Amino acid sequence: MAAAVNNGVNVGALLEAREALRKMPEAAKFTWRATCKWKKGTRSKTFINNFFGLGQEQKHRTEFTFEADHPEIFASEDCGATPVELVLAGLASCLTAGVAAVAQNRGIQLRSVEAKLEGSMDIQGILGIDSDVRNGYDDIKVTFEIDADASQKDIEALVAQSQKRSAVYDIITNPTNVSVEVRKKR
Amino acid sequence: MPIERVTTAVIGAGHAGLAVSCMLSERSIEHVVLERGEVANSWRRERWESLRLLTPNSQSRLPGFRYQGDDPEGFMTMSEVVEFVGGFAAAIDAPVRTHTEVTNVRSADDGYRIATSQGELQCRSLVIASGACNVPSVPVLREAVPSSIASVTAFDYRNPRSLPEGGVLVVGASATGVQLADELRRSGRRVLLSVGEHVRLPRTYRGRDVLWWMEAAGIWNQRYDEIDDVERARQLPSPQLVGSPQRTTLDLNALAAAGVEIVGRLAAVRDARALFSGGLRNQFALADLKMNRLLESFDEWALGASDLAVGPPERFEPTRAPEAPRLHLDLKSGEISSIVWATGFKPDYRWLDVPVLDRKGRLQHDGGVVAAPRLYAMGLPVLRRRKSTFIHGAEDDARDLVEHLARAL
Repeated sequence: MAAAVNNGVNVGALLEAREALRKMPEAAKFTWRATCKWKKGTRSKTFINNFFGLGQEQKHRTEFTFEADHPEIFASEDCGATPVELVLAGLASCLTAGVAAVAQNRGIQLRSVEAKLEGSMDIQGILGIDSDVRNGYDDIKVTFEIDADASQKDIEALVAQSQKRSAVYDIITNPTNVSVEVRKKR
Repeated sequence: MPIERVTTAVIGAGHAGLAVSCMLSERSIEHVVLERGEVANSWRRERWESLRLLTPNSQSRLPGFRYQGDDPEGFMTMSEVVEFVGGFAAAIDAPVRTHTEVTNVRSADDGYRIATSQGELQCRSLVIASGACNVPSVPVLREAVPSSIASVTAFDYRNPRSLPEGGVLVVGASATGVQLADELRRSGRRVLLSVGEHVRLPRTYRGRDVLWWMEAAGIWNQRYDEIDDVERARQLPSPQLVGSPQRTTLDLNALAAAGVEIVGRLAAVRDARALFSGGLRNQFALADLKMNRLLESFDEWALGASDLAVGPPERFEPTRAPEAPRLHLDLKSGEISSIVWATGFKPDYRWLDVPVLDRKGRLQHDGGVVAAPRLYAMGLPVLRRRKSTFIHGAEDDARDLVEHLARAL
């Protein structure tokens, strides 16, 4: 039955890569990159095209760009999603990719997967009104609606496993060291 | 003076090493059992006071030797375990050399040269049964904890009185973590329990002990080479169980009801603040799903078994997630005065000078057959079967490995 399932994920290749990397843990060290350029106001554009992994420089098939801005109620021009919304996009797409991969591995045919995300935030934090309020999200709620050839329980297990293996879920739920360096351009 | 030679040496006179000794004697293979302290040494000295076995007395079985008392559903205290294992050593007349600590083992002379606190030995074959829990395994973030906080491992912990007054953060929710959190809470302290990946089990299911089910339904007999991801199975934390006379279930709901504050996995200590993971809900979901799958497999097995004296199937309340689990704890606020690291144990192989450890310091073996001639391991998690580390699990593993050893001699 598993052979007939096709979610468009090459699980065989992923499992092979896992075995190969188990033997060469150095090759598993990746560096992801993004370059962001200010345009004007709160507007910026981020360019993503290369990364490092499997022991060498890698290139995306094509360059990807993301425009970010703030909405008009913040007196901005709303030329792109707000950065905090891009964080939700990162979490949603990471969990969704995980659902597809785990479903393929478990022989579950997916017909549709939709994730709705809501992050709640008290902007008194970023505005410096109340120092007891944090800047970031105080809660993120993800709701998956999944149509698949599987029981409710198996679908729940799928989503739980996807969270367990998700990089963005880990980045958001656990602290990460961030270092910011500055150079003056001449 | 010529060096003493033996055919086989066994390191460790706990239940695993003694089970091997029994099988060696049955085959008349000359051997010695080297013990750094006394028989059942770890049970004597390296456990907290209130600990009882997780397995009921009916499962206290070693080759040809079993619990004879009148409480088959009870759980042995540590002194009873020491007496039981000591009784087995006497019954099989095991050639144990006590107070003989192994300080080095290396390949030599078509066998192994063993340096001990009592001199050297040369053996042709060697069985490592020195235990799976020799040293506490503590995350490096321990080093960032301010010195005003008493930081003890489950290895050093004895009883609540041994900690300074005040609140306690227990890190880790295995059998050890939940038992210590419960005991500390009962002593009247404020307790936080930091929970990562864990294994939830009820103490009893359908009127029988859950470990009776593990055995009866054949789960414990699953072989290491039949398990999907045996490496993962070997890393699993111990199930959230306690062996108490009341046979109580000690899951996170029970602890929360008793007033223990459940927090996420301890992810970092930064600027004297402990930061907890926000992924607690998913840890609950994973453990609940896994427990329910296990209970379903029990039910399925029970359908095909005749004359079973068990109650109807049960399902337990999902683990209740705190409304807003806290994400940080100020370690300088005085809210807690100590941290107990119940973050697991690992074997100590510092004396082993044979290249058989992987890059993480774990012994490389195939069902206890180590990747060096006539070298074997006993008593490690899922060594040959899911039951390998339990007392009653030693017999089958010892029989298999001694058979292999006898052929290799």
